[in-house]
Amino acid sequence: MDMRSHLGRARGPGSTDNGVEHWISERFSAIALAPLSLWFIYSALGFAGADYATFQAWQSQPGNVILMILFLLAMFQHGQLGLTVVFEDYIQPVWLKNISVAIVKYTALLFCVACIFSVLRVAFTA
Amino acid sequence: MASSNRPLSPHLQVYRPQITSVVSIIHRICGVSLMFGTVLFTYWLTSAGYGPAAFERAQAVMGSWLGQLIMFGFTFALYYHTANGLRHMAWDLGLGFEMTAVNKTGMMVVAFSLIMTGLTWYVALSGSGGL
Ligand code: HEM
Repeated sequence: MDMRSHLGRARGPGSTDNGVEHWISERFSAIALAPLSLWFIYSALGFAGADYATFQAWQSQPGNVILMILFLLAMFQHGQLGLTVVFEDYIQPVWLKNISVAIVKYTALLFCVACIFSVLRVAFTA
Repeated sequence: MASSNRPLSPHLQVYRPQITSVVSIIHRICGVSLMFGTVLFTYWLTSAGYGPAAFERAQAVMGSWLGQLIMFGFTFALYYHTANGLRHMAWDLGLGFEMTAVNKTGMMVVAFSLIMTGLTWYVALSGSGGL
């Protein structure tokens, strides 16, 4: 016997409460990433195989510092959100899903901070 | 919470492959691959943060044949995922939902990413990329 009220049954599983924010953040970061990714590929063609001095000369220009940091922020934010969705789709046990998502989020944060620090260190030791 | 009867994502193995489904799963594979790419990217950029010796070691790793092969894959993944991401967001605006359009833009994404990957690597290997 179904003990739920008519309203409860009509609502079904209902909303999970936090999907919209995730969805919008995924799109905004994607919009930012589209031009930033092309900028990065174009730039990478310049420092492929370059020595440190060449890379540093490039990475210490203000415009490149700003764009690189924006690229890093958008990339880790977007990738972290995206991988969360993939895990939610494929990992069945709730505890394993939650641990995996947490690991992705905090690893992305760690990598992002390490990358930004590196950009600044290269730029400010020029 | 009645979580047990929430809908699941479609199971890939019961679907006959079509342009739509293949283009779609490649988008996901490229997205996940690019996340692996961020690990390598972090290694490379933090090496630069450590200084010249570490950076030049990382440059040698990236420049090895294996490194270049992996970079080639990431180049394709990034072009593909970017182009198809724009296609996704056109759908989000309600554009391009007719089957003919969906198939056509799917093939355009594939063609675009193959051509751009080829062009990028032509420039990279001919050494004419400059800043
Ligand atoms: C630069 C590195 C990038 C990384 C690491 C990355 C990673 C990911 C990942 C892991 C997903 C989840 C895959 C899925 O749910 O199927 C995803 C989804 C998505 N990405 Fe990216 N992405 C990147 C760049 C971009 C760019 C440049 C765009 C757009 C122009 C974009 C647009 C999208 C969209 C729209 C989705 C959602 C797809 C859906 O709803 O199924 N991504 N991304």
